[in-house]
Amino acid sequence: MALDEIKIGGLGASRRRVEDNRFIRGKGNYIDDIALPWMLHMEILRSPLAHARIRSIDVSAAWAIPGVRMVLTGDMLAARNLAWMPTLSYDTQAVLATDKVRFQGQEVACVVADDPYIAKDGCEAIVVDYEPLPPIVNPSQAKAPGAPLIRDDKTGQDSNVVFDWEVGDREGTDRAFAQADVVSTIDMHYPRSHPSPIEACGSIADFNRATSKLTVYMTTQAPHIIRAAVALVAELPEHMIRIVSPDLGGGFGNKVPVYPGYVVSILASILLECPVKWIEDKSGNLISTGFGRDIYLKGEMALRNDGRILGVRMHTDSDHGAFFSDAQPSKFKIGLMHSAFSCYDVPAAHLTAQGVYTNKAPGGVAYRCSFRVTEAMYFQERMVQAAAADLGMDQAEFRRINLVRDDDFPHRTPWGFLTDSGQYGKCLDLGLEAIGYEDFLRQKEEARQRGRLLGIGISTMTEPLGAGNSREYDILGIKMFDSAELKVHMTGKALLRTGAKTQGQGHETTWAQIVAHELGIPAEDVLVEEGDTDTAPFGMGTYASRSTPVAGAAVAMVSRKIRAKARKIAAHLLEVSEEDVEWELGRFSVRGAPDRGVTIQECAIAAYSNMPDGMEPGLENNAYYDPPNLTWPFACYIATVEVDPETGVWDVLRVVAVDDCGVRINPMIVEGQIMGGLTEAYAMANMQFITFDEDGNCIGSNYMDYLLPTAWETPGFELHEVVTPCPHHPIGAKGIGECATVGGPAAFVNAVIDAIGDTGVRNIDMPLLPDRVHEAITQGHDVSGAPPVRTEP
Amino acid sequence: MYPSRFRYEAPSTVAEAVAMLAAADGEAKILAGGQSLIPMMKLRFAAPAMIVDINGIGGLDYHRSDPDGTYRIGALCRHADLEKSAALADAQPTIAAAAPVVADPLVRTRGTLVGSVCHADPQGDWASVMVSLEGAIVAQGPNGRRSIQVADLIDGPFQTVLAPDEIAVEAVIPAARGARAGGYLKLERRVGDFATVGVAVSVEMSGGSVARAGIGLTAVGPATINASDAAAALVGTALDSDAVDAAAQLAAEAAQPRSDHRGSADYKRHVVATFVRRIGAQIQRSEQEAA
Repeated sequence: MALDEIKIGGLGASRRRVEDNRFIRGKGNYIDDIALPWMLHMEILRSPLAHARIRSIDVSAAWAIPGVRMVLTGDMLAARNLAWMPTLSYDTQAVLATDKVRFQGQEVACVVADDPYIAKDGCEAIVVDYEPLPPIVNPSQAKAPGAPLIRDDKTGQDSNVVFDWEVGDREGTDRAFAQADVVSTIDMHYPRSHPSPIEACGSIADFNRATSKLTVYMTTQAPHIIRAAVALVAELPEHMIRIVSPDLGGGFGNKVPVYPGYVVSILASILLECPVKWIEDKSGNLISTGFGRDIYLKGEMALRNDGRILGVRMHTDSDHGAFFSDAQPSKFKIGLMHSAFSCYDVPAAHLTAQGVYTNKAPGGVAYRCSFRVTEAMYFQERMVQAAAADLGMDQAEFRRINLVRDDDFPHRTPWGFLTDSGQYGKCLDLGLEAIGYEDFLRQKEEARQRGRLLGIGISTMTEPLGAGNSREYDILGIKMFDSAELKVHMTGKALLRTGAKTQGQGHETTWAQIVAHELGIPAEDVLVEEGDTDTAPFGMGTYASRSTPVAGAAVAMVSRKIRAKARKIAAHLLEVSEEDVEWELGRFSVRGAPDRGVTIQECAIAAYSNMPDGMEPGLENNAYYDPPNLTWPFACYIATVEVDPETGVWDVLRVVAVDDCGVRINPMIVEGQIMGGLTEAYAMANMQFITFDEDGNCIGSNYMDYLLPTAWETPGFELHEVVTPCPHHPIGAKGIGECATVGGPAAFVNAVIDAIGDTGVRNIDMPLLPDRVHEAITQGHDVSGAPPVRTEP
Repeated sequence: MYPSRFRYEAPSTVAEAVAMLAAADGEAKILAGGQSLIPMMKLRFAAPAMIVDINGIGGLDYHRSDPDGTYRIGALCRHADLEKSAALADAQPTIAAAAPVVADPLVRTRGTLVGSVCHADPQGDWASVMVSLEGAIVAQGPNGRRSIQVADLIDGPFQTVLAPDEIAVEAVIPAARGARAGGYLKLERRVGDFATVGVAVSVEMSGGSVARAGIGLTAVGPATINASDAAAALVGTALDSDAVDAAAQLAAEAAQPRSDHRGSADYKRHVVATFVRRIGAQIQRSEQEAA
């Protein structure tokens, strides 16, 4: 009798997260929980200024403090050729500043001491003589004639422009615009945000002179890439480097790049021959590590009166801070921005993009998104709402007219991606029904008569998740595949390791469910381990919603390899030929004699005790999975709001989410991902942003200025699902980790803009702070641009 | 948290604490709730040589009414004590309205009203409430106790007239000359956020008209603002909408906001006026319901 897949924790089981057993008991093992014998502590001195030349650094008073073991400056690093390091985007970044500081919070010196208090005292004792230079805080300042050159360290860099790039069909798009009945245009800004994982970054470097082995415990979402980077930068042999990523308190893209703190702790450990621990504080994390977004858009749509989109033009100006360190694996300078409009049938599109250096922290990490996809979909859905308004057309109807139809897959997107599956219209209809669309429009009209402002916002989008394939995606030349290794022990219990690295996604739970689905081994019998490069198979790590599409697929594939071997063992045990063996979940039986069978566990013990002649013993294997394509989940998010016309404060009434991420492995975890994503979407729309004043001071260096919503403000979410299996993924799954963060913000903003539709206002840039909404209502003009720090007139 | 080195003392009487402060020669800070002091020490914005922790001093955690109606709040009375008090809603409606919106539940469990007033943060809620109530702080020093009106206590951002060897031991609100009414409204972007704007309005109604009124403004100036002209515009009126409008206008004029990432100066002034109107309407509604 076949096993009940839900009972063994297989596909579709809302199994409780096994990792939570240790997290909720305070037994997690985070970076700051780790203590090694003779460990020293490192603290970073950061620049108070956004742009300044360093005249001198006097470290003598720091050295004089008892308990200070080492003081490191840029000059010391330069002597070892380590003052600069390569970024993930083929630029260079200062490890410790030598010539200039280029953003507030930049790393200037490090103190290593017996305890963290002394290390901090040491930093305070360092005297840096700065010559202030004019700071640049946005792209227009960066491109202004005579603007100071930020990257004067780079030969041949004679402006603040990082790149100019274009993609798409310029002539075809021009023709589409020439034929348009209506051209809809909108300018907007996606403000700078920060992933702000609750655990900041940190590392413990432990170089053992006796064995020449370097072990680094560090907060990284991609330990194998770090191992390769350390081997290349520090010129250490790769087999003598072990990177261990312990439990991570969130990542959201923030823990993909290499930060100076990691590098200096490694150097300090090599020089001091002791373990050196660096734990970043929250402000250090917010002001210096990888931010997300900070892009301006000029968007244009060519429209026909009947509602069809004829063409799209986009131009983006992106602010990359002082070093171009975007973490993204595409060949394109602005990530996957050109995945915009992939869910719509758009005949022609053209994108131009320019990136600039500014005196702000570097980063451009994919904050819970696939490499600028968040910005792409936000711009798309705001453009779509403005276009519907310009045509005088209902925003739902405009989407329905232009969404790609179910029978139109595979579909070539306007910028050349290939989407493979979806039921976009069904998702939209389900969302409209759930929110009670027609009824809400009536309520809105009634409320309007009484001076109350209600609004509804829709966001529909598909996004590319799960890089690779390896043809198109790589990081510094390393292809974007992933891996899994499965060892089935003789008692039928198993150990699974992958090249991904969980940071809250629940891999320890869901990977076991894939094994259960493929082999019938109960999920509770499968231990999942990740993050140690000495034991885990090589992989590219976890970000960009790639774990399930890539590593998850590898788990299915390695399980199938195990099953194929087990089938041979079963044939041997049942004394029939392999062709006469049939598989049902957890058991092989003889064709035509279903009572004669052996379980997968019986095959496991036989693999060690009674294998067929000539068969290699054991039941272990690995799989490297190179996906044929990205996966393309679809989502429809709808929010309703009420705006207080007197104060500009807006409250969320309801949020409906319809997600189609293909087959759901653990529905509870999927729902958790969606709710977390919607919370971040709400945060971005409402309060969460990092801005800078004219002097380049970071406004958002702590949780009183950089606001994350609490349970108090966060609205409730009503979740619905549609399942269109991914045609190329082994179990039909698509990425889901980031959909709601990507698609959600536009739903909230569209709702507020809809509520104040009578004013004719087309745009308020995020976050929609009460004063900005109030200004739009009372002045009747768009409130665009950043930073929104207003100076006195 | 890695603050600078400091000495920690935990006296068991106020007199002992005063002696420690006097001996520290201005280098000591009092730890009550610690909700502002500890974050500042963590960031090393504050580096006191000595911390005098008064949490071990008994008998300071009260809030109560004297027989004559004078209300007293001890130095170790937590925001949460006020928030949870059933008696407060009738006796002190403005305090009852403010208590649940101070910071967040974590801060309210530890933080104290007296400490918040003495911290003199222009964005602190309690100083505005106390100003609207003509409240005072009782300070004890080497030469005994003195009472200081909150409006006179604060002489700049994060600055008070308290001497380095004085401890604020209680807040006192004088008895009302009629039936108390009042409210506190706060615009914040998130629970626990500092106020973008906060407005406290307290009135004492006698024979259908306002016998006394006070209006305090939070976060719209370099220090808590006592909008006394605006309050005066309410006295003698029946709190009709014309009077409230006039007060709202005057309160907006009394505000001295700066534009920042929380909002423009004009917007903040507008919110001050809006909140005065809303509290006025709220009081009027409940007066009508009571009548």
